[in-house]
Parts: sequence; structure tokens; C-alpha cells
Amino acid sequence: MRFMMLVKHAENLSGPPPKELMDAMAKLSEEAVKAGTLVDSGGLAPTAMSTRVRLSRGQVAAIDGPFTEAKEVVGGYAVFELKSKAEAIEGALRFMELHKKHWPGWEGETEIRQVFGPEDFPPKA
Amino acid sequence: MTATDTHRAIDAVWRIESARIIAGLTRIVRDVGLAEELAQDALVAALQQWPESGVPDNPGAWLMATAKHRAIDHFRRNKRLERKHQEFGRELQTQQEMAVPDFDAALDDDIGDDLLRLVFISCHPVLSTEARVALTLRLLGGLTTEEIARAFLAPEPTIAQRIVRAKRTLAEERVPFEVPRGAELAARLSSVLEVIYLVFNEGYSATAGDDWMRPALCEDALRLGRILAELAPKEPEVHGLVALMEIQASRSRARVSSSGEPILLLDQNRAHWDQLLIRRGFAALDRAERLGGMQGPYALQAAIAACHARALTPEETDWARIVALYDALAQLAPSPIVELNRAVAVAMAFGPAAGLELVDGLTAEPSLRGYHLLPSVRGDLLKKLGRFDEARAEFERAAALTRNARERELLLDRARACAGSSTPPAEPR
Repeated sequence: MRFMMLVKHAENLSGPPPKELMDAMAKLSEEAVKAGTLVDSGGLAPTAMSTRVRLSRGQVAAIDGPFTEAKEVVGGYAVFELKSKAEAIEGALRFMELHKKHWPGWEGETEIRQVFGPEDFPPKA
Repeated sequence: MTATDTHRAIDAVWRIESARIIAGLTRIVRDVGLAEELAQDALVAALQQWPESGVPDNPGAWLMATAKHRAIDHFRRNKRLERKHQEFGRELQTQQEMAVPDFDAALDDDIGDDLLRLVFISCHPVLSTEARVALTLRLLGGLTTEEIARAFLAPEPTIAQRIVRAKRTLAEERVPFEVPRGAELAARLSSVLEVIYLVFNEGYSATAGDDWMRPALCEDALRLGRILAELAPKEPEVHGLVALMEIQASRSRARVSSSGEPILLLDQNRAHWDQLLIRRGFAALDRAERLGGMQGPYALQAAIAACHARALTPEETDWARIVALYDALAQLAPSPIVELNRAVAVAMAFGPAAGLELVDGLTAEPSLRGYHLLPSVRGDLLKKLGRFDEARAEFERAAALTRNARERELLLDRARACAGSSTPPAEPR
């Protein structure tokens, strides 16, 4: 089963993440690569560099960031291939524990979304 | 957390940690069967305690520590293993003398080696292929006996017996817990790769049963392959195998119709190919190449798969290169099945008549007598040459030979499409 993890947090952080957190996250993702589960990941540029193309009331429009009205934005993602959702939850718990330990005051969430695969489209008899 | 949540969490922790725990314990107790029992004991303890106490901060370390205590108890109980007890005591003492505050770090130092040793012992040649497969999925894949039984459509007691016997054999034959070196390494590694690819293939085109594919088994094999690639990063064939599996798995979504029928490679909707897996496959192939491994059998097969992955449409396929790669493969590992695949590529590169000539040369091959793809390929080439009656007979023969229900339907469809028609029938979807 494939899962996409979306890490969300307030955009205006007090500064860059502490080095200890970066190191701990690097170690965690190295472990996940060694465990054969992490298949893709990336950090996202701030919304000041982003654009939303939106359809609303019959109008398509491109709106440039930053999106100051958003309380939390997606800051990064990771794609895992795992045996179960429980395994995804366990991984996200460990990831968030690192934030708790190394970045006091930081708040945010990891959203776990399953990516549908061939097993989720059982053949219609 | 509710008790159900905790049980789910324990399942997940087990899946993540069990191989490392069993590997670490095997190094200490030198018996993979005992190591697994001790790890299971720790799991039972977790199931009893965690719903009350909550999941500990470092659940892997908790399980390992608990299993080690069980190991001490076990050796204390077994006076006849006095000598081993002493050895074990020394080992524990050394570990305690290291007095490393970070339990995980101490474990991590050797854990990679221990895992690799566990891979080699699970795929040891003293075991039958079936036993290697079951043991590898159980010890390294973290699958339960029930899951393995379901994957291989075998009764659970059969698989349980197979695992028990395998562990006993390893103990009786005193198979050392080590990474083979020198000349032995190549042969032992190829046994490991064979086991992983066998698991993958059983998922990719199930040899029996009602489903054409069992994707979970492909994922298990891919995970094992990816683990092995990190454990043995300098072995080009490991990357070759990973590349082959990633690229083949990239087609999973495209190779089954919504009604469950297989869709042949050239008929697949390439927009459904998984670009992430293709990219990973190319990267793995690149690693194999940089290690000078492009002449290995898995790397060659991966290079063939990559030719298809690179072609945006079937017409763009570089069939001449595929023929050349099959030539190399046929020289390296001659087999009638490779010859058959080479014949298909020749037909695509140089026309069906050239392919048919090669296939006709294989019809007397005893090892292909029961192999459904021989008449299936021959039928396809005959059909392309407009020899519909002969083609129909070949498709019917192929249908009678396959053990997979979905594949049988596809072949019978193709036979019907040939029947009584002198105009070229539509390709089956």
C-alpha cells in the first residue's frame, strides 16, 4: 500500500528548524530507506513562490501566493510503501515525536493519505 | 488509545522491528528458531502490557530488551546448554561493559550486518526453495504464517510445518550465522536474489488461482529487494534485480482490465504506468551500471524492461536493442525461456516469419513441453501471418496448459477471435 504523508504547519515560523531536528529527520529517513519503505520525498517552497489556479463561479483564475489566510500550509511530503495504515501511523508518530523533542513550541500535523493502487480496484465480476 | 488501536500499533511495530530484533537475537543465541521464539515471546509480552501501560517511546528497544531477558531466562533453564550460557554471558557482559547510553545506537552498529546474515541464512541452499521463500517472508518480511499461506494458496499448517522444518534443518546442519565471503558469496547471493524474484513473480503473474496478480506479494518482494540493496550496496546484481522489479511493478495498474483480465504489454495504456517506480527502476539500473554490472542476468533483464519503459508508444520500442540484450542474456544464462522471449523480440524487430522460425526450433524442447507461453507465442505469430486455423489450435493448447484462470480466459478469447475468420481479428483487451 502506498501512502503520501503531508506535513503541515504555520508558514511564518520563528526561524529555520534546529540542526538537531534536521539531523534526527535525516537519520529517520535513512532508516526508512534502509527498511525499503520510503520511495519519494521532498520539501516544498514557501507559498510566496507558489500559485493557485482556481475554478470558482465559472471563472478560472491564477492567484499568486503568499496565501496569508491559510493557517497551516503543506511544507513537505513523503511517499511510503507499507503493509498497512497502522505502519503509516507508527511512522508518522515517530516523525512528530522528533519535532516534539527537538523543536519546542512547534505545532503542526502529518496527514496520512493512502494512494490507491491496483489492489484498490478489484475487478468487477 | 483504545485496546484495538494498541493492537494495531503493535502489529505495525512488529512489522517495522521484527527482522532487526530476530537478526540481533540470532547473533546472540546462534539459533534462528530460538531467536524467533524469543522475539515472539517479547511480542506476546507487549500485547499483554502495552494496552495497560501504553506504547513505549522506543518500542523496538523495548521488544529487544524484553527478548534478551527471555534469552537469559531460557539459558538459565537449560543447564545442558551450560557452555553456550557462558558464551552468551560473556557476550552480554561485553555489551554491558560498552555501557552505551543510547541503546539504539549500540544495536545499530551491527544491525546491518546481522540483517544481511539473516537474509543469507533464510535463503541457505540446505533448504528447499519453498522453505527459503517461506522463511524469508516470515523472518525478513514480517509476514505471519497465515499471510504467507494466503499468498501462496497453501493451507496454513503446511506453511507452518515448512517453517518449523526449515528452522530445524538450519540448527541440525549447524549453518553458521554469517555473510559468506569470497567465491561462496556469488553463489549464495544468487540464491537470495532467486528467492526474492520468485516471490515477486508469484505476485506479478500468479501461477495458479483466480487472480492474475497479487500486488501485496510484489510489494513484499520489492521491499525485500530495496532492503538488500542498502545492505549490500556494492553488489551490482542486487541493484539489477531491484531495477527489474521496480520497472515491472510500474505496469501493475495497466496490466489488468477492470473486469480482471490480463492486458498484454503492447496493449497497455502507458499513461497508467507508475512513473515513480519507473524513475526508481532507472536509478537502480544506473547504480548497477556504475558498478560495472550490466552483464549480470538481472541487470540485462532490467535493461530490457527499461527499453519498454522508455518507449512512449509501442511503436517507439527499440526492438533491435531488445534483441541484442536477449542475445547477451542467452549467452550468459542459456535457457529455452530466454530463447522464446528472444524469438518474440526478433519477430517484432524483423517480422513474424523470422520469429516463427526460432519458435519452431523450440517446439521439440522437452523443458517447454508443458509451458503455456510457447503455444501462446506461436499462436500469436501464426495469427500475424494470417494462418488463423493453426493460430486457433495453438491458443487452445495454451489455454489447456495454463493454471491461471484469468489467463485461460484470455487465451480462449484469442482462440475464438481466430475461429472461422480470414480477416484479422481485433486485439483482445
